[in-house]
Amino acid sequence: MIRIQVEGPGDRIHELEIPDGINLSLMEVLKASEYDIMATCGGMALCATCHIEVVEGMEKLEDRSDPELDMLDTLPNASDESRLACQIKVNPSIDGLKIRVFGNN
Amino acid sequence: MSKEIIKTDIAIIGAGPVGLFAVFEAGLLKMRCHLIDALPQVGGQLSEIYPRKPIYDIPGYPSIDAQDLVDELMKQIAPFHPSFTLGERVESLEKQEDGSYYVIGNEGTVIHAPVVVIAGGLGSFEPRRPDLPGILDYEGRGGIHYFVKNPENYRDKRIVIAGGGDSALDWTIYLSDIAERLTLVHRSDSFRGAPDSAEKVFKMAEQGKIDLILQSNLSSVHGENGQLKKVGVTDKSKIETLLDVDYLIPLFGLSPKLGPIGEWGLNIEKSAVAVDTFDYSTNVERIYAIGDINTYPGKLKLILCGFHEAALMCQSAFKYVYPEQKLSFKYTTVNGIHAF
Repeated sequence: MIRIQVEGPGDRIHELEIPDGINLSLMEVLKASEYDIMATCGGMALCATCHIEVVEGMEKLEDRSDPELDMLDTLPNASDESRLACQIKVNPSIDGLKIRVFGNN
Repeated sequence: MSKEIIKTDIAIIGAGPVGLFAVFEAGLLKMRCHLIDALPQVGGQLSEIYPRKPIYDIPGYPSIDAQDLVDELMKQIAPFHPSFTLGERVESLEKQEDGSYYVIGNEGTVIHAPVVVIAGGLGSFEPRRPDLPGILDYEGRGGIHYFVKNPENYRDKRIVIAGGGDSALDWTIYLSDIAERLTLVHRSDSFRGAPDSAEKVFKMAEQGKIDLILQSNLSSVHGENGQLKKVGVTDKSKIETLLDVDYLIPLFGLSPKLGPIGEWGLNIEKSAVAVDTFDYSTNVERIYAIGDINTYPGKLKLILCGFHEAALMCQSAFKYVYPEQKLSFKYTTVNGIHAF
């Protein structure tokens, strides 16, 4: 089981439990868990609607790619902890990740 | 001041691939179309978000780049001479006495048609707005602009531009000669836009032609009587500096929003318009919704689904455009295409 703590929107805190072996991005898992993520571009790092902030566990993640950095740069509210959920693959190495999602982008 | 009313058979809201293909299906039934789109170009999400990405699930094309698909669609519909209003968002629909509609855009364009088709995709592309308290108070006349419509408006004024893409770089370069003082604010210390433009901007900053504030974000706006006076910019160490300004131009790109479509009395479910799969009509007579903008049990947001929906929609719309005529289904291979 891969456990990810999701904060937000607002005060909501929820722990996602994702079975091993699932071949999805974090964006797809969030969408499937009824979080309000538009995913306009379907996961190509082209729309930045899956913008999340890493609260804890940034070191578990692979470095941001150039397209991801480009897209994050377009956001008025991006920070050093910002990531695009569609670029994060769900696998056992991200177990224990804590993220914050925003309201409607 | 008011523009002439555009008369047509079908007013299509949205000029993405599905809105464009609807022109073809309508044309086979001798119905004329006028399309209106908030973007300054046709092609919707394809042209705006992923023009150079290959699409693999368009029937007949093992692989086709998104912008190429848009270009092919434009060729396909050319015989039916569609007309376009681009760069204008539809604000409202006004029902006329005979049941037809005025489709009204935010620049005053009015399209009069017996049928309205919403092919709005994920909603109109709107500028990304920085989440600053009170920012709404200063938009438009108050001094915050998300587009540069008339550069002359900025002559001898103090401007702050925020953003890191081509738009921000290009306007910085262009307006630096016109403005009294121009400041470019950007979150990181490098620019996403074209390297030539980025280099030019760095040079201009070195020469003192513009002020360049990097590794900083817009943090606040301040004004008097609805007029913007100061913009707060905060750097990495969380220190805020206030800049005296006349205009703030945030250029953070576009993202789609449902917008006015949600206010026309249509059944909306999760930001999509509910339709009857018999003919993709909405709960309001003569108004249809096709493509990503609609929803129904089993809906897939695929371009090819939108194409199918456009074909069925046109068969139904015919009765409003030609109420006296009987519709007879014809194949293009038998009948050919009769250009207008």
